[in-house]
Parts: sequence; structure tokens; C-alpha cells
Amino acid sequence: MTSLLYSEVEEELRAAVRDLLADRCPPATVLKRAESDPYDLDLWKTLAGEIGVAGLLIPEEHGGAGATASEVAVVLEELGRGVAPVPFFTSAVLATRALVQAGAAGLLERLADGRSTAALAVSFAASPYHPSRGSSVRLADGRLSGTVTGVAGADVADVLLVPVEGVLYRVEGAQVAAVPSLDLTRPVATVTLDGAEATRLGEVDVAGVLRYGAGLLASEQYGVAQWCLDTTLAYVKERHQFARPVGSFQAIKHRLADLWLDVVRARAAARGAVADDSPLSAAVAQAWNAGVAVHVAEEAVQLHGGIGMTWEHPVHLYLKRAKATEIALGTPGDHREALASLAEVPGPEGGQQ
Amino acid sequence: MDEARLKERVAAFLSENDPDGDRLEFLRARFDAGLAWVWFPEGLGGLGVSRELQQVVERELAHTPQLDGGVQGIGLGMAAPTILAFGTEEQKRRFLRPLWTGEEIWCQLFSEPGAGSDLATLGTRAVRDGDEWVVDGQKVWTSGAHHARWAILVTRTDPDVPKHRGMTYFICDMHAPGVDVRPLRQITGEAEFNEVFLTGVRLPDDLRLGAVGDGWRVAQTTLMNERVAIGGAPVRRGGGMVGAVLEHWREHPELRTHDLHQRLLSLWVEAEVTRLSGARLREQLAAGQPGPEGSGMKLSFARLNQALSGLDVELRRDLGYDDWTFRRSETVDFYGRGPGYRYLRAKGNSIEGGTSEILRNIIAERVLGLPSEPRVDKDVPWKDLPR
Repeated sequence: MTSLLYSEVEEELRAAVRDLLADRCPPATVLKRAESDPYDLDLWKTLAGEIGVAGLLIPEEHGGAGATASEVAVVLEELGRGVAPVPFFTSAVLATRALVQAGAAGLLERLADGRSTAALAVSFAASPYHPSRGSSVRLADGRLSGTVTGVAGADVADVLLVPVEGVLYRVEGAQVAAVPSLDLTRPVATVTLDGAEATRLGEVDVAGVLRYGAGLLASEQYGVAQWCLDTTLAYVKERHQFARPVGSFQAIKHRLADLWLDVVRARAAARGAVADDSPLSAAVAQAWNAGVAVHVAEEAVQLHGGIGMTWEHPVHLYLKRAKATEIALGTPGDHREALASLAEVPGPEGGQQ
Repeated sequence: MDEARLKERVAAFLSENDPDGDRLEFLRARFDAGLAWVWFPEGLGGLGVSRELQQVVERELAHTPQLDGGVQGIGLGMAAPTILAFGTEEQKRRFLRPLWTGEEIWCQLFSEPGAGSDLATLGTRAVRDGDEWVVDGQKVWTSGAHHARWAILVTRTDPDVPKHRGMTYFICDMHAPGVDVRPLRQITGEAEFNEVFLTGVRLPDDLRLGAVGDGWRVAQTTLMNERVAIGGAPVRRGGGMVGAVLEHWREHPELRTHDLHQRLLSLWVEAEVTRLSGARLREQLAAGQPGPEGSGMKLSFARLNQALSGLDVELRRDLGYDDWTFRRSETVDFYGRGPGYRYLRAKGNSIEGGTSEILRNIIAERVLGLPSEPRVDKDVPWKDLPR
């Protein structure tokens, strides 16, 4: 297994992304646009083109950086930390992984420099174990019909990719309707195809793409959790009640110590999933990190007291992201269920042979 | 010194010393060759090189006589680093070699019936009498006291100053008149620990470690090493306590239920992410960038051991217990004993070496920078504290 630490290159990439986000979209700015125009496509252009994150997973011969999951994970940590409203995960991770599998060289070149943004028309509520959840798309006479619910990043994509029975298609003329979403900073849409024209791109293993995404999503969840912890720590040191900082009360300190320990282990799990890309590592990272992100975000709301319940404070963006991401690409329970066979912990039914 | 040079040195040592000969002679020679703990200074069992190189020596000498990590644990993990940091040259030369070879066993006289988490409130008195100190008091939770030749001991020498300032640290001669070791029976039935009564015990001043009144600072060095020793053990995936439960789980499908399955899977995941954190911590240490993760490891292991050993008892539906006999046990035999023993012994994991509550305070204050609780005992002379 390779290292669980961050390389110097990764730390440089992290600093570049963090500086850009601090400058262009601090949480207050993200909040301001959340209801009108959630995705910040200008920011995405800068991230994709200037910092070059769009092409990280694209091989060099197709104009990308030929980087590994390890660098992508660091970008996701920072985007999670900022609940950044950019389609990095949906376009540069999920859609790109599918296009690399399908060998779609031309499209990869367009994605690599950020000219195009893609979305994979798979429900965010699908999982590696149930990849077609939310989709009723069928192929008939070379045309695609049906709907896919809960597709993230589809409303800002100019390339829509639809997998049907192990084959990846590019479709034109799909109807994409954004729906009011729990996660304000990564809203989902319903994709409807009514005899849409489809161009065959190549073969795709959707479960494999979702598993790869699930392993990486753990890094975004770690970033969300780390921001919630850091922000709460800063708040309880400042906030005074009973003539003392509330962070000096043991009841608060012990909760924060436990949260810290959960977050420390979430970082190790996220690094574990990129150092070893096995189904087991991805399942472990999701089973742990999805729950930790939700728990830390919930505790952040509680420990902020009244201000945590207001729209004005950005902590709710993190709670919404955490809760929606708990469902995305498999719930913690789905991943634990998978571990029953991956880690050889058979259930009661496994004994009735 | 680099790895290659060190390997040459080990090879030269092995060419002159037969690992199949007398065990003690071999260990003494290893100490004298500076291959005991390479980060210690030359002449004291080390070579004055970086600690990471120790693993090279351990690899090269893996087939030779080894130390007894159980009985020697307190000497190696706690007494030795403290003697190295605070001992006089004479003390270092006298004590470190037989400590390392295991010729002399060490125990720890810190906790008292009235001083547990609040160790600094301890009341065992040491009063100066010429070149000697006369010690009176009671210590508790002393593992290995019945084997020990020496102990590390913290005493109250000045009751008139606030508690952290009036302590002095000694090496205690466990063979001295007035040292009375009595086994202390635990909830497991056995006696792993002792109570130690000290009555008019006379210790020469040259057994004092550090300055008079500086005992708290010396004790901090000991305690930091204790927590590293308890939480730092590497475990393979699915090993340790989770492995003990899984073995029975896999062999007995008829005992499995859906409820136990859900809980076991959750604990398996927690054990695995804890293992990954430990692996990450060791990588950081090896790269010379120690992180604060270490403070959390013991907390995690205590929780997991307790939850898993409790689930194990429930899984087996066995109402028996392997052995309630009141007898001395030399080390913690987690896997040689039954599930009932593991369940009960694991209760000690969140108490020994700093309770989980104290560890949370330490994490909150030292790692997270949260303010301490208001203190009522800081500027009060020890003798005036309520107890």
C-alpha cells in the first residue's frame, strides 16, 4: 500500500485551490447565490482551466494531467471544505471516469481544458451495488427513452452521458429539469429522454465508476467534516456564556474531542481509499466518512446554538451537503452490507447452507 | 550513521556473539554494543542515532533472544526514558543496563487511593533525614510490584506549597525494609495489580531523580511515554479484538442474528479506520512529523475493546466464566482467556494509563486549544486542599 500521507505536489495543489476559494467564494458568497444561481461557473472556469483540475484524471495523450486519485482527493477535500458550487465531482470525476472507460478520446480532450462540462445521467442515489436505481432509460431503435431522477451536475453540463446495459451513449435533446434539492450547493435534476438521439461511445462499467466515485467522495466528506469542526472550535472559543467561553465547559470539550477523533479517522479512511483502490477500501471509507460528516455537521449546528439555526450562518449549507452526500453513491448501511462479503463477516443467512 | 553502516555493525556484533549461547550474556553484549536502543547515547545501550533506525536493528536481530515486553514493560516504556531525561550520569550507568536486559524488573508507584486522575494531589510523604529520605504512604494499581527490584515513585516533599510544586521523584528500592506488597483482586477474579504500603522506608538521596520539588515535571515525562506505549501497538486488518470475535462468528453461523450482524459490521468499520489512523500516525513519526493523532489512539482502542468484547459475550450466549480463582497473573492474557474475562478486563482499558475522560480533556486543551475549566486548586497550598 502506498503512503497515507500527502505529497508535496498534493499540498501545493491544495494551497492553490484553497487560495482561489478563499478569494472567490467564501461560504458567505456561496450562501448568497444558493437560491438564485447555485453553480459558480466563472469559478469553475478558473479552477478547470487555470489550476487545471478538470483534466486531472484524463491521460496525457488526451490533453489531461494523467494524475491519480490521490491528487483528485486533495481537490475534493478543499471543495468539501468550501461547499464549493462547482461541477468538479460530477464532471471531472464521475463523467470523466466513464469516458476514460469508454475510450472517448475526442470528448476527453474537450473536458481536459474545461471547454466542456459533462454529467453522467446516473442518479446520485444509485450505488455500486444498485447502479440503475432511479433510472428507467431504455434503448429502442437506436434512440433512448425514459427518465433518470436525482442527477447531480446535469443542469450545468453541456455534454450528457447516458449508460444503458453496459454501453455509454452521448445524447442530444434531453430535457433537464432542476428540482428543489436538499443540497443547495449541489442540486439535482430529473433527466427525461423521449426518443433522444444517442451516439455510442464505448463500453462502461457503471458500478465500477460509482465505486471509484464513492471512494473519492469520502475525501469531500472529510473536507466537509473538517470545516465544521474547525468552525465550531473557533466559535466555542469566542462565544461567552456564564462569563466563560462555552468551549471551557467539559461537556462541550468532551464532545469536541470525540468529534476530532472521528475526523482524524475520516482523514485516514479517505487516504486509505485512494492509496488502495479496492472495493473494500471504498466501502470502509464511505461507511465511516458519510456518517462522520453528518454527525459533525449536526454537532456544529447544535454547538452554534441559536445562530446555527439561522439561514444567515453558512453551517446549514454543510449540514445539507453532508446529509445529501450520505445518500449519494450508497448509504453507510449499503456499504456496511457490502462489507459483509468483502470483509468476510457473513450474516445469519450466510449460515443456512 | 545510515542503514548500511548500522547493518554492518549488527553483522560485526553477531560474528562475535552467539545468539544460541547464554541468553543473558547475549543481551548484555547487545547492550554494550549500543544495539539495545540505538537512539540512546553511546555507553548507555545506544549509538546516539535517530530512533527510526531501531527497526533496522530489530529486523536484523529478530532471530536472537528477545526481551520480555510484558514483565519489562514498565521499565522499558516508562522508567528508562525518565532516567535518561532526568538521571545523573551515575544513575544512568547503574540502572539502564540491568533494566534493559531484564535482570532487574521495574514497577510504578504513582496512583494512590486518594489520587487517581488528579495524580498531583498525592499524599505519600517523603521527609529528609540527613542523606536519606523517609517515605510513608500507600500506592495502588501497581502491576508487577511483586517481581520488581526497583520502582519509580512520586512523593510529597513540601505540603506548604501548591500541589504541583511540592513533589519529588525517586527511584524506590523495593527490597528496602518497610515496603509491603499486597495483591489487589480485580473484577476478573485475579490479581494483576498490587497495593504497596510504604512505612518508614529509607531511601538514600542518590536515588532521587531530578531536583527536590520538581517531581511533577519528571512524572510528566513518564506519563507521556505510558500513553504512547498503550495506544501505539500496530494491528493488522481484522486483527486484535475484532479478530477474536470474528473467529467465533465465522465458526458458529447458528449464533448469528441480524442485530449482532449490524453491530459487528459497524465495529469492524470503526476498528479498520482506527487501524488506518494508527498506520498513518506511524508513517508520520517515521517521516519525523509526529502528529497529535497519538492522543486519540488509546481512546479509540478502549472503546473498541469494550464494545467488541461485550458483543462477543452476547454472541456466545454462554453464561459461564472460565476461572474466578484469586491468583496472580503476570500479563494481560486477552486471547488466552475466555470471553467473560476479556469483557471484564477491557473495562480497565478506559481507566489505566489516564481515564478516557482525562484523555478527552488533554485532546481538548492541548490539541484543540480549548480553554481549561476554572481551577480552584492552583494557588492553594497542598495541605489546605479538601480531600
